[in-house]
Formats: sequence, structure tokens, C-alpha cells
Amino acid sequence: MSEAVHNPFAGSDFETKKLRKENRVKGFMLLASLVLIVPILVIIGYLIYKASPVLSWDYIWGDPGPLGKSGGIWLPLIGTFYLVVVSLILVAPIGILAGVYLNEYAPSNWFTRAINMAVTSLAGVPSIVHALFGVGCFVLTFKMGESLIAAACTIAVMTIPVIVTATREALASVPQSFRDACWNMGATKWQTIRTIVLPNSVSGILTGVILEISRAAGETAPILFTGATAAVAINTSDLGTKLMPYDLDDRFMALSYHLHVVAEKISGMPEEMKYGTAAVLIGLILVVNSFSISLRLYLRTRKKW
Amino acid sequence: MAYKKKLLSGLGTKIDRAEPFIRSLIYVSGWSSIIFVIAIFFFIFKEAAPILTKVDWGSFFFENRWIPNPAEGNEPSYGAAGMLYGTLAITVVSMFIAMPLGLSAAIYISEFASPKVKETLKILIEFLAAVPSIIWGFIGLVIMGPLMQKVLGIEVGVNLLNASIVVALMAVPLIVSISEDALRAVPDSYREAALALGASRWEVVYRVLFPAAKSGLLAACMLGVGRAVGETMAVWMASGSTENIPDNIFNPALLLERVKALTATIASEMPDTAHGDDHYRMLFVIGIVLLSISVVINVVSDIVIKGVKNKNQ
Repeated sequence: MSEAVHNPFAGSDFETKKLRKENRVKGFMLLASLVLIVPILVIIGYLIYKASPVLSWDYIWGDPGPLGKSGGIWLPLIGTFYLVVVSLILVAPIGILAGVYLNEYAPSNWFTRAINMAVTSLAGVPSIVHALFGVGCFVLTFKMGESLIAAACTIAVMTIPVIVTATREALASVPQSFRDACWNMGATKWQTIRTIVLPNSVSGILTGVILEISRAAGETAPILFTGATAAVAINTSDLGTKLMPYDLDDRFMALSYHLHVVAEKISGMPEEMKYGTAAVLIGLILVVNSFSISLRLYLRTRKKW
Repeated sequence: MAYKKKLLSGLGTKIDRAEPFIRSLIYVSGWSSIIFVIAIFFFIFKEAAPILTKVDWGSFFFENRWIPNPAEGNEPSYGAAGMLYGTLAITVVSMFIAMPLGLSAAIYISEFASPKVKETLKILIEFLAAVPSIIWGFIGLVIMGPLMQKVLGIEVGVNLLNASIVVALMAVPLIVSISEDALRAVPDSYREAALALGASRWEVVYRVLFPAAKSGLLAACMLGVGRAVGETMAVWMASGSTENIPDNIFNPALLLERVKALTATIASEMPDTAHGDDHYRMLFVIGIVLLSISVVINVVSDIVIKGVKNKNQ
């Protein structure tokens, strides 16, 4: 037999070496991506597993016992709900209109650049500095005291960039030809925005709103000194108080702050109470975020242009 | 005729009257971000103002003596070097972890992954970004702390390493998304030209994409740094909150020392102060330091990113 037929298409040594190196690098990068993601999935699974002994309807609906060592998490949960709702009412109109301004009205000059820079800076300001701002501005200067409304205002200022950025991007994805067509029919600028631009970008804006909800529900530092409290004395025997335990000027319990308290502040806390609170909070946020992600995926499939 | 008149007025008159009002609302909202940034500076400085002239800046930056409530008869002392070291150490160590991981993940997602894998990884990274800092703190304190005690045989599980790992995982999603944008902004013709010359995909990445996207990647890392400096709850819970400055900063054992960050100091000490006393105002001075760092980082990286965009156009 003669030698094996030489394959004319085989790479040279140099080329195989390069290919091998490429595959090594590729493997390493895949590994790096997995190192980021797998541990957190495992941890979240572990969290829910450890929390499973307490997770029940009674845990959600029940009020926290003394020092949070027993009972449920209803009061923190509803506090977080009201915090999110109030901050959303405050921030959504401003944020959406600011996004409209930046995409539709803003001239291209230094002032607009300054506004854009202010939006990015606002997003980068540490949350604890927002908390200090909340104390100086809302709690002391506007005399709101430590209250639900002061905390909601602080959260609102903090989450403006989320809504502005999402709105601006949603509006920017509406083709210019839509606007031109509308103007040519004699519509004014606001009519164009109201009847053409906003309806076509509503899902994008909604994504931003949902992201704001998830941020507001998870933040702890900004509400530390602006209204969150470790315990409230509220008798929740009747349903009305149970559903609306806090007034705007009351101090309130929030899920995120409650988690901080039960995890760090109180010794002898039963394990499952810590894990239960953490699991409810992370579950809430993951559900809200999956909603926003599926909305975006759905949106991409039915885009008309 | 009447019909035509009705048609013409249908869209217009009623809304037209509202339009100037709505337009002014839009303008005011548009400017609100600037107003809020100015307000943040104003109120932080306003609360800190009475003490700004009295602060001994040399001691504040270079002395590790933070004794806001001294024993009877002693002067309080505000040397924040320990916390500055803590913030710096957490930032540096966490960036050592986050930058390689974040950049690798971004390159994998943008250059190597198939569309399906890419979409999945992006969604998972987005979930990672959504995990709130209190949950990270909880993971550091309740899960990773005891794990470290067991594995490394140390007494206290909350330390510099723990806090840095947690902060790194928090900063990674930001680094990934900004770097991925930067890589995507490089025109495909660059890649095609390099591939046509016989480069492997990896050679394309480090010979062509790195130079072309370097400012974007730099900006991503800077924003990661900003995130690490400003992180509060996770750092507070996972770092042990004790001011320690090691003698030798190259000794690896310091990774297992407890540290205290600037942010954690504000969060933990604010409830002990009375509105208006010196300690309270000093916490606002720390706030000024944090605010300045974050604004500088954001403005510079914003300029870097914008510069790239303009150049590519």
C-alpha cells in the first residue's frame, strides 16, 4: 500500500494551531459566561429550597410577629406595594414626558447634551447619596418627615433615568416617515406625538415602567432614612386596615428593608424567616422582570416596520 | 359644506388650545433631570455646608481615626482614610474579578455565540442585573460567609473577598451590556476584511475589535468602577464593616480582612446621628466625596462613548 492520500484541503500546521487556539479561547469565554450565570441560578434555587418550609399563603398574608421572628410578611409586602405605586405615580408622567422632550422636541445643542449627561449622571449617583438627598430635600426642607411619601419621592428621583431612557429609545424606534406623513396631513406636533408616536411606542415605554417597578421594589438604601421602619404598630384585624395600613405620612415597612433587618440586625432569627423574605423578594422581582422581557420579545415579533 | 367644516375642526381646535400647556409640561419634564442633579448637589452641600470650613482635610483623607462619638472629654475625630481604603480595595479587587469575566462574556455573546445562545445569555445577564443589592448582601452574609468559613477555615466569613465577589457580580451585567454595544458598533466590514486576510475569529477579536472598540470597553469598565464605588447594601452586609488598613497592601491575607466602605459608613451611622450635629454633617461630607466620584466617572465615560459614536459615523 502506498502512503495515505494527502488531503489537499487540510490546513497547514499554522492554520490548525490557530484554529486550536481559537477553540481554546472560545471555550474559556463560554466558561466565563457560565461562571457568571450558573452560581446565581444555583443560589436562587437554594434560597427557594431553604425558604420552602415557611412559604405558604399564611406566610404572605400574616403579619410579622415580635422582631419578625415569627408570623408572616404581609405588612412589609404591602408597604413595598404602596411605595412602588406612589413612586410610579410621581415618576411616570415626568419620565415619559422627559423622554418625549428628548426625542421629539430637544434641539441638538449643548443644553440637550447637558440634559442627556444629567440623565446618565442621575443613573450613576450612588443609591446612598440619593438617600442623603432625600433626607436633605424631602424629609427636612419640604417637611415631609420620615414617611411613605418622602421615600417614594426619593425613589422617584432615583428611577427617572430608567423611564427616560426606555421612553427615548421606544420613541426613537418609530420611523421618521410616520411623523412626516402625519405632519403632511396638517397635524400639529403634539397631535402627531399623541396619535402616532406614542401609540406606536407604548410597549417600549411599558418596558421602562416595569423596570422602574422592579428597581423601586428592590431598593433599600434610599428608603433607609426616608421612611422605612423595622416595625409598625398597626392592628390589622379588619380588612380595610389590612389592605391600606399606611397613610402617605406614615412610616412604613418594606420588604427590602425587612430583609435587611431579619438578616443582619436581630440575633437568633430562625433561618427560614430570613430565606422566606429573601425568596419572596427575589421571586417578586424575577416575575416582574420576566414580564418585561416577554413583553419585549413579543413586541419584536409583531413589529410592523 | 357643513360636513367639511366639521371634518376640519375635528382634529384641531379642542386639542390646539391644550397644546401650549402640554408643550410647557413636556419642556419642564425634559429639563427636570438637570434640575434634579442640581438639587442633589444643592441639598447635599447645604446639609454639609456648616462643617465644610471646619473639616481638617488632611486628617480626613490620610488618617484612620473615625471616632464621631468619643468618650467624655475627648474631641471627636473624623479621619476617613480607613473607609477610603475600604472603598478603594473593594473596587480594585472586584474589578479584577469583574473585568475579565465581563469582557469575556461580552466578546462571547457578540462574536462567538449562535443567535439562540446569544439571546439566552443576554436574558440571563439581564436577570442578573435585576437582582437587587439587598439580595446580593443577603447572599454574601448568609450564604457565602458561612461557606467561606467552612472552605477557608477562617473565623469571620464577611470580608474584603466576599464583598468584592458580590460587587463584581453586580457590576458584570453593566460591563457586559456596554462592552457588547461597543463591540457591535464596530462595522462588520472590519471583521470581513480581517477574516478575508486569513485571521481566525480570535485574531479578529484581539487584533481588530480591541483596538477599534477600546474606548467603549474602557467606558464599560469605568461604569463598572462607578457601580462598585457606589454600591451600598451589598457592601455593607458582606464586608464586615470594620476599618482596617493593612501595613502591606500586597499581602494576599488582606483579602480575608474585614473592611468598611464609605457607602456602608453612611448607611450604618446615619440612624445614630441627630439632624444637624457634626457627625450628621460629616456623613454628608462623605456623600459629597461619593457624589463627586460618581459624577466624574459618569461624565467622562459618557464623553468617551459619545466620542466613539461620532467617530464611527
